[in-house]
Amino acid sequence: MPKITYIEHNGAEHVVEAEKGVSVMEAAIKNMIPGIDADCGGACACATCHVYVDAAWMEKVGKPEAMEESMLDFAHEPKENSRLSCQITVADSLDGLVVRLPEFQG
Amino acid sequence: MKERAIIIGAGQAGAQAAQTMRQAGYDGDILMIGEERAPPYQRPPLSKAYLQGELAAERLVLRPPAFYEQQKIELKLGVRVCAIDRAAKLVETGAGERLPYDKLLLATGAPPRRLDCAGGDLEGILYLRTTADSDALRPVLSLRGRIVIVGAGYIGLEVAASARKSGLNVTVLEMADRVLARVAGKEISDFYEKLHLDAGVDLRLGAALDHFEGDGRVGAAVLKSGERIDCAAALIGVGAAPATALAEAADLRIANGVWTDEHAQTSDPFIWAAGDCASHPSQIYERRLRLESVPNAIEQAKVAGANMAGGAAVYDAVPWFWSDQYDVKLQTVGVSEGADETVLRGDPASKKFSVWYIQRGRLLAVDAVNDPAAFAISKRLIAARRAIEAKTLADPDTDLKSLVS
Repeated sequence: MPKITYIEHNGAEHVVEAEKGVSVMEAAIKNMIPGIDADCGGACACATCHVYVDAAWMEKVGKPEAMEESMLDFAHEPKENSRLSCQITVADSLDGLVVRLPEFQG
Repeated sequence: MKERAIIIGAGQAGAQAAQTMRQAGYDGDILMIGEERAPPYQRPPLSKAYLQGELAAERLVLRPPAFYEQQKIELKLGVRVCAIDRAAKLVETGAGERLPYDKLLLATGAPPRRLDCAGGDLEGILYLRTTADSDALRPVLSLRGRIVIVGAGYIGLEVAASARKSGLNVTVLEMADRVLARVAGKEISDFYEKLHLDAGVDLRLGAALDHFEGDGRVGAAVLKSGERIDCAAALIGVGAAPATALAEAADLRIANGVWTDEHAQTSDPFIWAAGDCASHPSQIYERRLRLESVPNAIEQAKVAGANMAGGAAVYDAVPWFWSDQYDVKLQTVGVSEGADETVLRGDPASKKFSVWYIQRGRLLAVDAVNDPAAFAISKRLIAARRAIEAKTLADPDTDLKSLVS
């Protein structure tokens, strides 16, 4: 199973094995990673599963679609590498993915 | 002796309250009692991805089983609470147990209103609240023939969209003269009517159901007009009623749901309530609101949980909602009831636009269709209670972002 590393705002690292086909958000919830709220459960409606994709992975993860991009505009401290983790699907090509969490979701 | 909190209802609000209590340092026992056998799960996909077979049941769970173990939250599932004895501070279950509590949360939700009409109990007449309900509805989607959906609210329209995707013929009956009449303005109703008509839904506005007919299983819906519509199944989506029976029997104050103050506390200082079952005083709207939505369940449960752990949190979040139908996402901020002016921004034909509801120069609510920027901006404007002029909003050259910067 692909490994994903979540790094909390305080630097705490969590490496999880994620099932292919689920979202990076779902893998975080399943593994109880603090800092991802996912209030809407993955409907791309709330922007509370915001992550920063590690620079080395940006190309493989790809760009957000228009809806997600607009949601991200209003997330807490959006950056160039911001994504909503409910919109990233775990795949073999993402084995080793590193994402960082914002200070808070909101 | 260790304190014990009991949470009645293992849904979105119950799960959130338990989590927040632990985050706030509550070190007593937490027992959550749910009528369904499943641990807390998400309900919104039950009319969409889960219904369509695109999302497995295990992906609906709100928290993994390990979470409850780690957080020492005990789940008692498949158990109904029959009574609350406030004097003795205990709850009675259907199994005859008497469970003492120090603090109690009511998170009992709002089950669907039942239709009271002839033939209403026939097989194939379905409601939608639980995974079991959605499981019963799924095979209907692959039937040939027609489903009659009673009620053009969110549930009815989302199921209509799912059913059309599966190729089932769909008739929607709505008593009002427009869809979503209870929750949205005319511009939104017009848009969704066209969306469903274009998708092949047989939409009947101003149409009242009289009764169902069938031999054991439903075979037809008969309207007050006398018209008979043959159908293989029916889905009833005529709103939900707050589950207040326990609270009423315990003589708690009721006001369109379980009455709570701004701290999510009921009329009993040892009992709190949150989610669809509870009404609360809204400072933003200066009246009592009862909201049926996931964000309300989460935010109100956070307040209840914090206060059950000894805090003094106040609930005054901006309400919001979402609905997915076909390829269209509706995000609503606020409550539009009472608006005296509406402003349309964008072109509904482009499937991306927003409707802004204003009351005496104050922004009450916004319906944003495929327009998350309008959603996010209006959420901030309403939270800040900013005065706003209709003509500013109506000007297509107004940059929305400039309103919040």
